[in-house]
Amino acid sequence: MRWLWIDQFTEFESGRRASAVKCVSLVEEYIDGYFVGHPVMTPSFVIEGFAQMGGLLIGQLSDFRANLVLAKVSRSRFNEYARPGDQLRYEVQLESYQPDGGLVSAKSYLGDRLQGEAELTFAQVSRDMVDLDFFEPAEFLRMLRVFRLFDVGVDANGQPLAIPAHLLAADEAAQAK
Amino acid sequence: MPTKQEVFEKIQTALVDALGVDDDEVTPEATLVGDLGAESIDFLDIVFRLEKAFGIEIPRAELFPEDILTNAEYVENGRVTATGVAELKKRMPFADLSNFETNPLVQEFGNLLTVNDMCRYVCSKIGCEG
Repeated sequence: MRWLWIDQFTEFESGRRASAVKCVSLVEEYIDGYFVGHPVMTPSFVIEGFAQMGGLLIGQLSDFRANLVLAKVSRSRFNEYARPGDQLRYEVQLESYQPDGGLVSAKSYLGDRLQGEAELTFAQVSRDMVDLDFFEPAEFLRMLRVFRLFDVGVDANGQPLAIPAHLLAADEAAQAK
Repeated sequence: MPTKQEVFEKIQTALVDALGVDDDEVTPEATLVGDLGAESIDFLDIVFRLEKAFGIEIPRAELFPEDILTNAEYVENGRVTATGVAELKKRMPFADLSNFETNPLVQEFGNLLTVNDMCRYVCSKIGCEG
């Protein structure tokens, strides 16, 4: 199973907010493993989608060079389960940011209904603690493209978000092999 | 300029949100670790919430001076040295370190910061009335 918990970004405003969709399908392995015979997407997987969006929202501010980890989930509240056939809309807002991490608020909607919400704290793992990249850069860029982040992303001036040069270089090097 | 009460109320909200405690638990005298159950990762969360609430930048080391408490220059056998305590006082003029000074165990440090200390810290940054 691939650990990608959004299907695509629909909006991405650097340093501010992002929205994405996640379509829930019966083909996903986890879906009826929790309550057998009653397939639902448990809230922890929605939170994983929030975390992936929030991590990218914060990571983009360092051109995706920072190693970020989800440090904490607070004020999590879910009103209903998403089920196969549903399309969830995630809205994530950057509330506070500094070089060692950030705080985002996130909401999930089913149509106009608030399905769930949470706040997530991220911490940057310094190179003094772990001197390695959490992601291989070319693979990471592939993931961002799969998420269509650069198709919809805009910078602080509303201009299309450029792919960071170090990721493009890694991608070219990987393709040349 | 906000009043001290307004600052307290914003800090109270930040702590309720970050720590999942009730409003009435967040009294001025409550300690963050001992009374409100804050763990180390919560301090990062609290800093982010205070920055947003007051529109200020908070270098984490100002409120939570882990760098001093883990520095061999300032710590001996699990106790903060006199030089270390002096450094803490310089870094944290808003905190009352008098009790800590009598038995400066590093492990006890996290338990001394109170809600009132946080209010004094924020007021030292933005100014408060009353």
